[in-house]
Amino acid sequence: MATAVATHAHPPTSTGLDHRKIAIWAFIGSECMLFASLISTYLIYKGRSIVGPFPHEACDPPRCATHLNAILNIPVTSQSTFVLLMSSLFMVLALEAVENKGKPGYSGIRGSSKFWLMATAIAGATFLGYQAFEFTSFVHEGLTIRTNLFGSSFFTLTGFHGAHVTAGVLWLLTLFAIDVRRGLGPKDALLVDISALYWHFVDVVWIAIFTLVYLIK
Amino acid sequence: MSNDDTFTHTNADVDVHAMGEVHEHPTWKEYKWVALILTVITIAEVWVYYTPFSKTPLFVPTLLIMSVAKFTIVVMFYMHLKYDHKIFRALFTGPLTIAMATLISLLFLFAKFSGK
Repeated sequence: MATAVATHAHPPTSTGLDHRKIAIWAFIGSECMLFASLISTYLIYKGRSIVGPFPHEACDPPRCATHLNAILNIPVTSQSTFVLLMSSLFMVLALEAVENKGKPGYSGIRGSSKFWLMATAIAGATFLGYQAFEFTSFVHEGLTIRTNLFGSSFFTLTGFHGAHVTAGVLWLLTLFAIDVRRGLGPKDALLVDISALYWHFVDVVWIAIFTLVYLIK
Repeated sequence: MSNDDTFTHTNADVDVHAMGEVHEHPTWKEYKWVALILTVITIAEVWVYYTPFSKTPLFVPTLLIMSVAKFTIVVMFYMHLKYDHKIFRALFTGPLTIAMATLISLLFLFAKFSGK
């Protein structure tokens, strides 16, 4: 650190840290509290639905008018979880490509920030596709946001997360467009770093949701 | 922005580590190892869900431990919190601690009043 030399101009800061990076971490901190409130609501309502469908167990008459299967599809959600985890890998590789653009050893795909940014955006869009499939199949099986407490808290929680993923995909596509238009280099690393922090946060929120909503019965 | 509002830092007095120019990040190889570990933990989580182990009292703690491990790995390595400035660590862990305390408090509160 003592020999580090930076030559880019910055607004002076009292901490010596970039305002934008402090802002994104503060934003992520506030988002932690938002998702904690949504997860709390889901957990408090867990197991208190009077009518089906239920997440992990089937519902038979007389409790339900007809037989209803357990609604959560773990194999499908496991695949979407894997896709989102891989998108985080693609994102760090995009950041590394931007930071090291033009350096030896960063030629081909490894140094192609365009490739990794687009790969991340595609993985995010694929996750959203899985979520759209899941929501559609739930509605066809009789679970909507108004059906029971599980439906209300489930769609609110996962819907908010899906909205965050959508914002992340749009952010990534914007960075991709900038990269195509003028190219992203080491001087733009902070821009990509900030978007990467947001993207990884969306990933860690899903790690919590996957366990608390899908796997814990 | 005028030139007076900008500065060029060329000495060690300013922490450039977090400014976006200088980073100590894991290597390409380490990133791939992290991805592999995350994938293995995810497979273990799903596998445990389908085994008779899921009916034992240890099932939930096991899943929570695996989830916390994945969360920590992503935050430390992919979000570079292990390598970044301590202010960033405080900005994340502070609200996270409040959020977790709120979550746990609410669960206890509602469990007490509902008798569950």
